[in-house]
Amino acid sequence: MNATTSDGALLSVRGLHTCFELRRWGFIRVGHVRALDGVSFELGRGEAVAIVGESGSGKSTLAKTILGLHLPTKGEIFFDGRTVRGQEDLQWYRSHVGYVQQDPYGALPPFMNVQRILEEPLLINGVTPKERRLYRINKVLDEVKLTPVDDFLPRFPHMLSGGQQQRLVVARAMILEPQLIVADEPVSMLDASVRVEILQLLRGLQARHNLSLIYITHDLSTVRYFCERVFVMYGGKIIEQARVGQLIDSPRHPYTQALLAAIPDPDPANATRIRPVPAGEPPSLLHPPSGCRFHPRCPAFMKGICEVEVPPDFEPSSGHMVACYLYDPSIEQMRRGVSRA
Amino acid sequence: MTSNGLLSVENLHLYFRTLKGPVQAVDGVSLTLQRGRTVVVVGESGCGKTSLGRAILRLLPRNVHTYTGKVWLNGLDVMTLSEEQFRKQVRWIRIALVPQAAMNSLNPVLRVGDQVAEPLIIHGRAHTSEEARKSAAEVFRHVGVPIDFLDRYPFELSGGMRQRVALAMALITQPDLIILDEPTSALDVLTQANIMNVLKTIKRELGMSFFLITHDIATSSELADDAAVMYAGQVVETSRAGQFFKEPLHPYSRLLMASVPTLHDDKALGFIPGQPPSLINPPTGCRFADRCPARFHKCSEEPPLFTVDSDRLVKCWLYA
Amino acid sequence: MSRAFRDLLKYPSAAAGLAIIAFLVAMSIYAVATIPYSEAIRLWRGGEALWAENPRNASPVWVNLVPGRDLPRTIVVRSHQAVRTEKKLNGDVRQFSISLAFDYPYRKFPRELAVFFEPEYTDRAPNVALLWRSPDGNEIRLTEITVRRKEVYRISADSRLQQDLGGRPEVVLLGDPNAPDQPLRGRHELMIRGFLFDESSQLEPRLVVYGEVYGLAGTDHQRRDLIIPLLWGAPIAIAFGLLAAVGSTLSSLVIAAIGVWYGRWVDGLIQRITEVNLILPALPILIMIGTLYSRSIWVILGVVILLGVFGSGIKTYRALFIQVKEAPYIEAARAYGAGNLRAVFQYMIPRAVPVLVPQFVTLIPSFVFLEASLAVLGLGDPVLPTWGKVIEDAYRQGALFTGHYYWVLQPAVLLMLSGLGFTMLGFALDRVFNPRLREVS
Repeated sequence: MNATTSDGALLSVRGLHTCFELRRWGFIRVGHVRALDGVSFELGRGEAVAIVGESGSGKSTLAKTILGLHLPTKGEIFFDGRTVRGQEDLQWYRSHVGYVQQDPYGALPPFMNVQRILEEPLLINGVTPKERRLYRINKVLDEVKLTPVDDFLPRFPHMLSGGQQQRLVVARAMILEPQLIVADEPVSMLDASVRVEILQLLRGLQARHNLSLIYITHDLSTVRYFCERVFVMYGGKIIEQARVGQLIDSPRHPYTQALLAAIPDPDPANATRIRPVPAGEPPSLLHPPSGCRFHPRCPAFMKGICEVEVPPDFEPSSGHMVACYLYDPSIEQMRRGVSRA
Repeated sequence: MTSNGLLSVENLHLYFRTLKGPVQAVDGVSLTLQRGRTVVVVGESGCGKTSLGRAILRLLPRNVHTYTGKVWLNGLDVMTLSEEQFRKQVRWIRIALVPQAAMNSLNPVLRVGDQVAEPLIIHGRAHTSEEARKSAAEVFRHVGVPIDFLDRYPFELSGGMRQRVALAMALITQPDLIILDEPTSALDVLTQANIMNVLKTIKRELGMSFFLITHDIATSSELADDAAVMYAGQVVETSRAGQFFKEPLHPYSRLLMASVPTLHDDKALGFIPGQPPSLINPPTGCRFADRCPARFHKCSEEPPLFTVDSDRLVKCWLYA
Repeated sequence: MSRAFRDLLKYPSAAAGLAIIAFLVAMSIYAVATIPYSEAIRLWRGGEALWAENPRNASPVWVNLVPGRDLPRTIVVRSHQAVRTEKKLNGDVRQFSISLAFDYPYRKFPRELAVFFEPEYTDRAPNVALLWRSPDGNEIRLTEITVRRKEVYRISADSRLQQDLGGRPEVVLLGDPNAPDQPLRGRHELMIRGFLFDESSQLEPRLVVYGEVYGLAGTDHQRRDLIIPLLWGAPIAIAFGLLAAVGSTLSSLVIAAIGVWYGRWVDGLIQRITEVNLILPALPILIMIGTLYSRSIWVILGVVILLGVFGSGIKTYRALFIQVKEAPYIEAARAYGAGNLRAVFQYMIPRAVPVLVPQFVTLIPSFVFLEASLAVLGLGDPVLPTWGKVIEDAYRQGALFTGHYYWVLQPAVLLMLSGLGFTMLGFALDRVFNPRLREVS
């Protein structure tokens, strides 16, 4: 029995929890790491969304859970109107989602040449005959501009530059004609001058094929150019969702504000001022803080409220969700009432 | 040329011997740095900036083909010193290094306090373990690591903390100059900002001079007083930071700046098609000519460094 | 592939190793081509009758290359080379005389003297008398025989003759009376005089003057030409080494990969089995099986492979695969739907090839030596002519005490060569496949 998804949403994630068990000596459980601690969102067709967070925020785990590489311990994934749960669902689902990874060289088997690398997904998903596979390989290499195609087919990954390797990874992600691409830090290991090239390539592919794109990064500066919406993750949860412009111009969550304040633009004046950085470290996912995960470091910490219960999503302006009690209308009223008194 | 500056690199060459021929990693680099200032060397992977840092500190592998030039440190050409003299007088005493991914190169079996104190003991600056420990505690204070971390092992520390420990190790001998090679590239945004704050504080409180090597132009602006851009083993532009970040001169610098996404500034992003040339057989003439949008006939000849606005140097015929 | 080969040849050790292996392979091909397997077994196990004309424990002929050495070769005088006279008597009876003559050019005495008879008759066996005539005209009567069947009269083993002559027959008969410790040069003759009783009776005698040297490799205590086991030892050693190495490394590889991929209890179980197996002493187990069950080389091969499968190779490959498993491309493969078997065999195992190939080549000689060691301990295959068997025979016959060094040295040198060849190739392969091990230039 499928629950209904919002109209038009390609991917719908509800209450996703992914826990990893810690075992000592292979079988004694000593605790679990709550890498994803209740994540819900929706992604429309043709929409590009950025998931921003630091290490330990759960963003990579979210990507892998969406890709079906980790099984969620709780929660549901809906894709194109279908639930994705068992093995057969996964098989169908995987051919509709492409994966672009961070390390271009590591993502390619060093002992396979370009042709074989691209042929593998086709072979696994039963695309025959060989002419059809070669046709699709040619087409996809053309799209990522690794031309002349015949030049590249026999090459091995170590014969390609970093940018070319990443194009090949993108080509491989595209070859099954997916509807969704999950890109986990696709450019952070590339040179600055190549990054833009790859991001623009992804954007172009997205427009041409009406692809949905999930772009995971820690580099907020790139987000504005390539995505419509942004989700900010912290401690295994999404703490803010907004359109890009909204987020950058008026960030609401104190963590997002701190994050934005910490990102430098190339400006010589930077050298003269000390940036405000919240004290402390990202939260342990093994023993997370109670209530709001950010409360130990939050400059706007409200005692008695923030550490008690996990804040739900509030919507201070249309399309902008924040999981922070500062935006709880009842609390705001209370504070306004207090200050007026 | 001795200057009143702290560091002056003159025509430094470092080539490596490989099976395919000599790799011209550092090909005639000249730079100066005044005391108390920070110079940032920016460039992409393979431009030779890491090799430059190692060349200055004479941390060379076995397959060195050519190693020539002058490196003036406070009026003394340290290239003339013997290996032993260099080790005793310069390396880590007057110039220290925080290498790339330093947080991963801490010795996992030593407590961090002991590791940080090691340079002191090696160079005979501290004679008892009490003295060494006191100095370690002091330098921990400068980098913002709590004192009770002295007895911890590296695996007990987070990435940001470990990077600070590596920095402390470089500071402890009170060198004149610290070379930092990609100090923040493996770190999160907030941790990065933290480390930059620490570096700024050290710069202010101790008057430390930094030689910062990075590919991250945005982060480099946090610390830079002077900037130098490297491409294919050569320095193609040097400037004061103020002028550089506002308006770079060399076509490569401009394209590089254009490819840096900015958070608050809405600009069109560009990229540089093609690849940097191989350092084994670099092309004659201007090495960027192949990819340069402003290329013209003179570019087949290698341009010298032209002076612009009295204190900017650009290696480009457009400024002849 | 060819680039790797050219890289390989840059190392002199690889070239030398390949040359040695090529030599051994050529030897094997020659052995199998000129002496087919069934023929080799027949010769090796055929018994003394096949080898009767060879001297016992003869050195190889090339020892005569040493200046000052002049060891005699075997001389065989056959009856068709002989001078015959026949005289018919009453009825079918014939009186005949055969003279088997030869020139003796050597300065040393022969090892043995023997006369072979192959009589043919219907009713009554021929009766003969044997006389020896030396170049100086001296005639000595040896014996009288009625030759009933195919038989050998060993002149040197005749103790009565020895008594009568007052010394070893081959020395006295061929000796120079003036210089008794030197053979008399010139034409010696064995005279056979006797009677044939049937019309169709025949006697085909053969005189064999056994030398001290024989063949390229000498002979063993059963007069067998050692070139046979030396030649045939090569294909057997290579085959055993190869099969054992292939069997155990491939199995280890696959098991390690499966263990790492499925993890959890599968991996744990494999590791525990491996650890127990590593403690087990292989040689005593092989000795037990050889003694109590079967010495057949196939059984031994099987046990060796079984013991080797859960060996230290598994630990090595496991360490490698644990790293490989974390590689991003494996994750990507799972994301585009690769199944478990495909991931293990097509994505993980190819990464092991740079480690596998050199290790496998270097492992071959240890199996060759193992087989030889078992043979020396008396547990070699009872049928096959192998290098180890030769050493075992030599050892049991006290070769080193009796001065028959060639008997031990020849198979030992071949064993060493094969070890050297494969190991040198293996080390060079290691450097080609694992560039990090190369010398810093």
